[in-house]
Formats: sequence, C-alpha cells, structure tokens
Amino acid sequence: MNILEIENVFKSFGNFTAVDHVSINVPKGTIYGLLGPNGAGKTTLIRIITTIIRADSGKVFLDGEKLNSDHPHQIGYMPEERGLYKKMKVGDQLTYLARLKGLSAKEAKSEISLWFEKFDIKDWWNKKVEELSKGMQQKIQFIATVMHKPKLLILDEPFTGLDPINTNLIKEEISRMNAAGTSIIFSTHRMEQVEEICEYITLINRGQNVLEGKVAEVKQKFKENQYRIEFQGALPSDLQAVDDANDAFEIQSKTERELIVKVAKDNASNELLNHLLRNGVHINSFNEILPSLNQIFIKQAGQTNE
Amino acid sequence: MNKLWLIVKREYIVRVKKKSFILITLLMPLGFTLLMVIPVVIASLSGNDQKQIAVKDDSGILTNDIKATDRANFKIVSESLNALKADYKDKGFDGVLYLPNFKNLNDELRIQYYSNGQLSLSTKEFIERQIARRIRDHKIEAAGYDKKLLKSLETNVNLEQKELTVNKEGELVEAHKKNSAVIATVLGSASAFIIYMILLIYGSMVMRSVMEEKMNRIVEVMISSVKPFQLMLGKILGVSAVGLTQILIWIILIPTVAVVVQLLFHIDASQMQGSMNPAETEDVMAKFNEVMGTLKQQNWGFIIPTFIFYFMGGYFIYAAMFAAVGSAVGDDLGESQSLTLPIMIPIILAFVFMSTVIDNPNSSLATWTSIIPLFSPIIMPARIPFDPPLWEVIVSMVVLVASVVFFIWIAGRIYRVGILMYGKKGSFKELGKWLFYKER
Repeated sequence: MNILEIENVFKSFGNFTAVDHVSINVPKGTIYGLLGPNGAGKTTLIRIITTIIRADSGKVFLDGEKLNSDHPHQIGYMPEERGLYKKMKVGDQLTYLARLKGLSAKEAKSEISLWFEKFDIKDWWNKKVEELSKGMQQKIQFIATVMHKPKLLILDEPFTGLDPINTNLIKEEISRMNAAGTSIIFSTHRMEQVEEICEYITLINRGQNVLEGKVAEVKQKFKENQYRIEFQGALPSDLQAVDDANDAFEIQSKTERELIVKVAKDNASNELLNHLLRNGVHINSFNEILPSLNQIFIKQAGQTNE
Repeated sequence: MNKLWLIVKREYIVRVKKKSFILITLLMPLGFTLLMVIPVVIASLSGNDQKQIAVKDDSGILTNDIKATDRANFKIVSESLNALKADYKDKGFDGVLYLPNFKNLNDELRIQYYSNGQLSLSTKEFIERQIARRIRDHKIEAAGYDKKLLKSLETNVNLEQKELTVNKEGELVEAHKKNSAVIATVLGSASAFIIYMILLIYGSMVMRSVMEEKMNRIVEVMISSVKPFQLMLGKILGVSAVGLTQILIWIILIPTVAVVVQLLFHIDASQMQGSMNPAETEDVMAKFNEVMGTLKQQNWGFIIPTFIFYFMGGYFIYAAMFAAVGSAVGDDLGESQSLTLPIMIPIILAFVFMSTVIDNPNSSLATWTSIIPLFSPIIMPARIPFDPPLWEVIVSMVVLVASVVFFIWIAGRIYRVGILMYGKKGSFKELGKWLFYKER
C-alpha cells in the first residue's frame, strides 16, 4: 500500500518545465528521500503534493484518494523557506496554525501543551517569536508541522540552522513518529543524512525522475565490484603476475596494509581471497566498497546534465 | 469559510491590540477638537488685551468719543501732544493717537500712534477703519447730504434656495432648501479627506503586511493550510474591520469630545462677557446656533451609511491593488515605491477633482468622476451633502460593487503567483503575465 502515488505529473511555468512527467510511489510507513540538485523541481513537486499549486497534467493520490482540498489537513509540510509571525506569542501562533489545520481550540491547546512538555519548553507559551533564537524558532516550526498528527509528513531541509543537539532531538522525533506509522518524505541535498535516515530514495534532476528505489538496492545497482582488503604481513609475490595474467581482478591501489581491487566477475572475489589465504596473508578485513549516495548523486546528476 | 474567519480574526486582533492603534484612535478626536477650539481660545485671549488709547484731535473731526470695543477704548483728551507723550503712561493709557489738522481730506491721511509698544496688525487695521468711518461721516455732514437718505441707498440681498419636487399626487411642492452651501462644502470635503487618508493609510498597511509575510517566509507555511485567495481576502477584511472600528470610535468620540470641550469653553465665554460687548456675544452665539441647527438638519441617516459604503468600497479596491503589489515585490522597498505610484495617482487625482466638484457639484465632471470606481469613493461622499440625484448615487454604487469584485479577483490572481516568487523583479509586464497563468 502506498501513502502517496504520483502518476506522470507535469508542470510548467511559461516556457520553463519544472516537473517533467514524474511518477513516484511512496510506500506507507517509510521514510522516503526526495533528492536532487538545486532547481531540479523538488519544491514544485512538493507544492503539488501539498495542493499549493496544481499540476498541469498527471494524477496524485494520497492514501488511495485523488488529491482534494481536505488533504492539506492530513499533510504536515515544513517548507525550506519557512518562518513565523515574529510579533505573535508562541502559544497564540501555534494555536492559530493548528486551527487552520482543522483542530478545535481545545484540541490545539492540549496538543501544543504535549509538545511543549516533550521539548521541555513549557514557559514559552507567552514568549514572542522574535525573542527566540533561530534554533528555538526551528523547534516551534517543527511543532507547527506535526501537531495535527499528519499521515504524511514532508520535511524540506529540516535540519538547517539546528545545532547537533537539536538536530538529534528532531531526528529522534522523526523516527518515533515513523515508528508510530507516519510516512515521511524527506527532501535534502545532504546525502549523509539520507543514508542515515531514509529507506527509499528518488533522485530528481531537471524535472525528471532519474533514479528510484530502496537505498540498499540503489547502492547495489551502482556498485563497481570494488573490495577493500586490510591485511598484515607480506603479499604473495605473484599477485601482480596473477593480476596481469588473469582478467578476473585488477589491483587499483596497494599500500602496506590495504589493497583495493576491482573484480570482473562476482565469484572472483572468492578466488582472490582464497589465493591470499593460501599464501598465508593475514586478513584483517575484507569489504565490498559500495558507492555513497553522494557519489551516485553526483554521477547521475552530472550525466543528465550533459 | 471557517478558515477565512480565523484569518480575519487574527488580522483584526493583532492590529487592534497594538499600542499605536489605541493611541491614535483615542488621541485623534482630542487633537481634532483642539484644532477647532484653539483658534477660538486664542481669539478670546487676545480680546482681553484691550488698549487704552488717548486721542489728541487737532483736526476737529472727532466731536465725540469713539465707541469702545474689546480691542480698544478711546478717550479724547485736550492736553497738548507733547505733554501727552510725556505722561500718557501715568494717566493709564497704552498710547496716544494723534490726528493732525488735515489740509485736504481727499488726500491719503496720515495719523500717528505714539507708544512704547507695538499694535497688532488687526488692532492697527481696526483703528484705521474707525477713523476712516468718522472722517466719512464728517465729509457727509460737510457736504450737506442727508445721512438717512444715504443709509437708505444701502441694500441687503439674501438668496434663499427653495427645492422643487413633485409629490405623489403630481403637485409641485416647494421646500426650504435646508443645506447652506458652506456647511455642505465643509461636510463634503471633510468626508472626502477622511476617505482619502484612509485609502492611503490602510491600503499601504495591507501592502506592508503582505510584504512582511512574504519576507518572513511564513507565507508558504500558511498556504499549505489555506488557499492564497483566502489568505489575501482574510487580510483585506481583517484590516477593513480595523479601519471601521477606528471610524466608528471617531464618529462617537469626536462629537462627545467636542460637546465636552464646548461646555468647558462655554463657561469661559460667560466669564469673558464682562470685556466683550454683549451685542457681539449674542451675535457669535446666534451664528453658532445657526451652524449647529443646519448641522442637525443634515440627513445623517443618509450621509453616514453612504460614507461607510464608499469608505468600504474604495478601501476594498485599493487594498486589493496594494495587496497585489505587496505580493509582487521582494525585499526591496524602493521597488515597492515604483509599483505603488500607479495606485497613488488615481487616489491623488480623485482628491484634486474633489475640490473642483465641490464648487460645482452637479457638473458633468462631478457626474462622471462619481461613477468611475477609482474616483467615486472620494468624489461621491463629497457630493452627498449637496443632495445629488438619486439615480447617480445608485449607478455609482452598483459600479463600485462590481468593481470591488473585479479588482479583488484580479488581485487574487497576481497574489497567488507573487507570494511564491522570490528574487524575481515584479514589473508590470510580469504582473500581466501572472494574471494569465493557468490555475495553480
């Protein structure tokens, strides 16, 4: 079951095509990374999902229903360009935003109090937003995004401007909400965060969906059959000869303790390991080198830009 | 609908709670009243400064004392001028007025005033008038004219306006036209001026608020919950409620404060009566009562509702345009100025037309400008005290309502694109393009 299905969505502004026939399926209960360079069309796509703008063509389904005007209540969206009313009191502001999401005044109050307790900021109710630091405002912004218990949470660069402690706090909240069943779309350019958090990713470039799938599968797909071998002792003297004679593997770098090889066939890694063991090399570790998402991202974005 | 209400409520409460709003709303009636009262008080204070003037007449024209007023008290004395110059102060005079023996009364006559102080301009003119009148009387007598005959040549004409209407039975009915033109002019220009100010102040308030939301980047958070049009309309309605609150408070407060001040001033006036000529006091009171009477006769039941109608209509049109401009400009204030200029021009033009229209409230200029919706919110209220034809008022109102809908629709289309557009300069060409963007 998918929480979000995007079918062949197209959107242009004048001559500029922002989203070019994109299809994405976001499985329910997952954390889904929406990646892409600046100006790739991520924000436009998110704005279509949040009903801020309408697609020129294509369909969007939220939880099996065609997107309609009730859906914004079921979505929590934290835009990259975010802000709050500076002169308003924190409590009033959150109540206002909650009520616009369809909560009653009473529900809003109890929900906000709950979050204030969770973040240990009970005395902030009467503070004006402008009195808070940037990081504190981010916390308020996060509460504003999640307090109506959305089915789908869309976070656009949620960690910018947060210190490591608050980043961790929000990360924990995200995984807690995810564990409780909330589906999350996470848009960022920071790949290390994606690898850490996301289960699925989609890479958007120039308005097109260039790559999609589970993070692990994507990495498998883009791996280059490289292995890193850490060892002690001397390498067999014939290793270079074997390499030259046999097309099975190729030594890419060699130091006193580390060897990086690229193997041609899948089982060639076993042959290599066997050969080394037979020759009495003490192996400390033997790892396949998987590409980082960052590398895949640069490679893919570079390719489609050519 | 519920969301729109929430937005309206927030926009209203945030502004009404502001200290600056409370202060201006309460101080304005006080300032307004003071502005009217201060000149009167100043006049009454200067009235206390009665000059004691000794008159030395060598011409023999002044046969008896000149009547005293609150400005000056004249006393003819027989001492020599030089003696007077030395001891006028000891005798309790402020100065000495000297009329020499004139050679030819038909020349420009020079008279002298000796004193250590200055005469105010109005007192100087007053003395000149008094002496000139006495010399005129003297000339009349010397020429042997009959004073009564001359008096009878003076004629006073008073134009009385009668309004002709045909009643249900087809009979011609004439009624005393109740509006004095002066009162209507004052009332009309005051209404127009208030609306002019409100369009500028509240219009730019809407614009600033839209710009602020865009710059604070709260706008995208907002429109992920509500439609851009709801947000814009909510803001326009909320601010309009603020303006209406202010106007209503003023409508109640200004007369109240005026009456209170008038009561205080009244006590003052009675205290001054000793120095004031009783006849003059009566004259002033009669004038005042006449003005109050005409004011009371005005058709307030028509003037106030139409005023509020045009105030709202004009506000909606201009606030919508200001909102559209606010959404289009980025963080560059200079840019907003070049875009607001085209909005200011019709407001200022309307105000310029208004002064011509008030001079001639039934001219074709008046008719046309009170139908064109960009001008009518200022022109029509100025004409209302002159009883314009009812059909003109109705046509003007219908056109205004239709234009309000049209302008808000146009503004909404620009707004929805503008608020999400960063770093793009909002030129008029650009705004035109946005207007025709597909439904977003």
